[in-house]
Amino acid sequence: MRPMANGGNVEEPRVKEAKHQSRWRAHVVPLCFVAPAAILLGVWLVYPVLFTVVRSFFDRSGEHWVGVENYVALFTSDFLVTAIRNNAIWVAVVPAVVTAFGLILAVLTERISWTAAFRLVVFMPMAISLFTAGVIWRLVYEKEPDRGALNAVIAAGQETLRPVGELAEAAPSTDAVREHPPGGLALAKSLKPGDVALLGLTQIPTSDVRKSAVDAVRPDALASGISGVVWRDFRPGGGTPGTVEREELGLPAIAVELRDERGEIVSETTTAADGTFAFEEVAPGDYVTSIAAQNFARPFEGISWLGASLVTPAIMIAYTWVWTGFALVVIAAGLAVLPRELLEAARLDGASENQVLRHITVPLLAPVLTAVFVTMLINVLKVFDVVLAIAPGSVQDDANVIALAMWRTAFGGKSDFGLGSAIAVLLFALVLPSLFLNMRRFRREV
Amino acid sequence: MRFRHGHLSIGIVLLPLLTVFAACQGGEGSSGADSAATREEISITAVYTGGEQKAFEAVLDDFMETNPSIEVTYRSAGDELPTVLETAVRGGNPPDLAMLPQPGVVADFAARDALQPLDFARQAVADNLGEYAVQLGTVDGTLYGFLVLTNNGSPIWYNVELFKQAGVNPPATWEELLEAAETLKASGVSTYSFGGADGWTLSAIFENIYLRTAGPEKYDQLARHEIPWTHPSVKEALQYMAQLFEDPDNIAGGPEGALETDFPTSVTQVFSDPPKAALTMIADFAYGVITDSTSAKPVSDFDVFDFPSIDGSEPSVVGGGDSVVMFTDSEAARALVEYLTTAQAAQTIVTEGPWSSLHTDLDPSAYPDPIRRRTGSGLLEAETFRFYLADLQPPEFGATVGQGLWKYFQDFLLNPDDVDGIAVKIEKAAAEAFE
Repeated sequence: MRPMANGGNVEEPRVKEAKHQSRWRAHVVPLCFVAPAAILLGVWLVYPVLFTVVRSFFDRSGEHWVGVENYVALFTSDFLVTAIRNNAIWVAVVPAVVTAFGLILAVLTERISWTAAFRLVVFMPMAISLFTAGVIWRLVYEKEPDRGALNAVIAAGQETLRPVGELAEAAPSTDAVREHPPGGLALAKSLKPGDVALLGLTQIPTSDVRKSAVDAVRPDALASGISGVVWRDFRPGGGTPGTVEREELGLPAIAVELRDERGEIVSETTTAADGTFAFEEVAPGDYVTSIAAQNFARPFEGISWLGASLVTPAIMIAYTWVWTGFALVVIAAGLAVLPRELLEAARLDGASENQVLRHITVPLLAPVLTAVFVTMLINVLKVFDVVLAIAPGSVQDDANVIALAMWRTAFGGKSDFGLGSAIAVLLFALVLPSLFLNMRRFRREV
Repeated sequence: MRFRHGHLSIGIVLLPLLTVFAACQGGEGSSGADSAATREEISITAVYTGGEQKAFEAVLDDFMETNPSIEVTYRSAGDELPTVLETAVRGGNPPDLAMLPQPGVVADFAARDALQPLDFARQAVADNLGEYAVQLGTVDGTLYGFLVLTNNGSPIWYNVELFKQAGVNPPATWEELLEAAETLKASGVSTYSFGGADGWTLSAIFENIYLRTAGPEKYDQLARHEIPWTHPSVKEALQYMAQLFEDPDNIAGGPEGALETDFPTSVTQVFSDPPKAALTMIADFAYGVITDSTSAKPVSDFDVFDFPSIDGSEPSVVGGGDSVVMFTDSEAARALVEYLTTAQAAQTIVTEGPWSSLHTDLDPSAYPDPIRRRTGSGLLEAETFRFYLADLQPPEFGATVGQGLWKYFQDFLLNPDDVDGIAVKIEKAAAEAFE
């Protein structure tokens, strides 16, 4: 409250005092309001930045001045060069993709009746932290189809088209059985009528053997036919490979083929509960008995999404999943205030929807799109948590980005604060231009 | 130039907060202050939280019972222990005592004169915990720390039912192990489960092999990088290691899948339904993972055997553990340090906590169940005990995710044929780290 003048006859000293007081207030009061923020910014922001710059010229212990040595290391060690290269890929791909997805979804969802619900769903990933999103995607990307959702979906699709064979894991127990024809297994030597084919297999879990299976028996030779047995050539301890022994189970319901010298299938049959089969009445000649290829169809083993080659694109997809919602909401807000007349006029003039989008909507939305793009640019430059959460330790070098490299160098066991600071300064320098860009834009808008 | 002022200014900001905190604590303690007026207060910091914290506090309670004039406060620093201690030391206000998991950190603090010598306990440590415990904690002739609680890094955990189905017995020698692996594979299950996503699980396997093939002297030399990683003894050990890796069908998930498998999963998948592998080579703390995360019962479902002997090597154990160090010298702190060398302390450590102990007077029956008794007595019966070699290296080479030893053993799992190439790469990284 201002001291009010008491009528006209105010005493000189009091006026002076009041004036002095108000000037003092004009300076000090705002200062008091700014001070806490200024002090906090100074302590938590300005000082650490300056300190980091100074620290980047010292060695690991912080005791010896090393000049630009840390900065030389930045561009010469493989570890950091990979990080910088990966970051460049991130910058080139992700902001553009996120902005494009956001635009497409915003334009499309304007036309549907469930706009709000749809946008809410797309926006939802923004409600969880990036690290949590990373943990979720780490599980999605697991290689084992039992654990990784993505590979489970692919496996389910593939197995509907091509069922997994009953003997998927099986392998021959001796050299007498070899792969023939491709995918199947057959005895290496050819057979004549009267011979007995012993097709021993191992590496079959007991849980994979049908309940109906009984102990295998070695069948008797047929006078004018070929008989044989397909069995799990394993008993506790191993047994003797190639010999039908006690406690070794026959493999029932396995498709067996008889082929002649030219490889043509002469006859087909399936095995009995004890694994035996027989081709009666076979004409003289040389034959091959083989277990059909479909028995060995392997299950889908999973794509190694988190392997060295796919890990960076995989993380980018997860990151796009999170941020598309943000882009969608901002662009949709911009879209909502576009002058409808312009769009309508263009349509009346016969412009296709594609042309309206390209020549009217996008140019009018340009400021919003730029804002989204630049924001994403800054976000992508400092990307850290998703990479840390998704990339397993073994590929962290391959998926490395600058912020992660900084953290791993300064805190990840090496504790090299000198080099770590240099990486931080590099990151800071890279973010600066887009920061200025954003600030200039803000000023223009205000 | 040291960057002390950085922590100082943060300290100024935090000071009011700390004062409030201290005031609260004071209020809490004042109710029982009459009886404790003359009690000497000391503090100890470690990583333990939850059940481990309770167990460790039980050890401290025992101590306070026998020393009623001393009050020990335990503060957990969680996984950030090195950072917390670093800050506390630079700020000039460290705890009286701490438990440090890495001998390298002990040496680092000792080199900077942050630690007080424990030479007064040297005899007790040598008598009760063995000469190696003294050697491990000695820097430039002075004892600065010793292993209070230990883990045994040499057991192999196996699925009893799968071994029975395959008709194999727990192997005692390397040849028997490889033979058993072939039989297990023929029975329809992968033999090995590796937690390749965590590089330390692989380096521990190498350390077990190297200690057996090269012996403790070379092990110590390699730990100090007095012999290079391209030394024939290293290549020989790598060749043995390659025999575990060379058959992709005998590794759960194949080598690529193994590299995505973290330590807990590598343990649980041996005892899941259906099991993905028959055995896993990992330290005794896997016991807690099995009992907490699977329904497997000790002895009937899961059991353990010692890492096999190679070429007639004597029983050897690679392991790790936490060492006590002293930042501030006082009668009370010395009393606690001395107490930690006693059999009584060791007894509480193994009964209350998930840990093992090197204490020679410890009665193995103190371990609360047969499996832990087995891994615990494995430590005591071993002719040779050595600390994890990777943990004795500069951390950027020996203990950093995605770098150095851990990374190269992960590469080796994918490419077990390239023994020479891996040895050269490891040696290059080691030379840089030891510069």
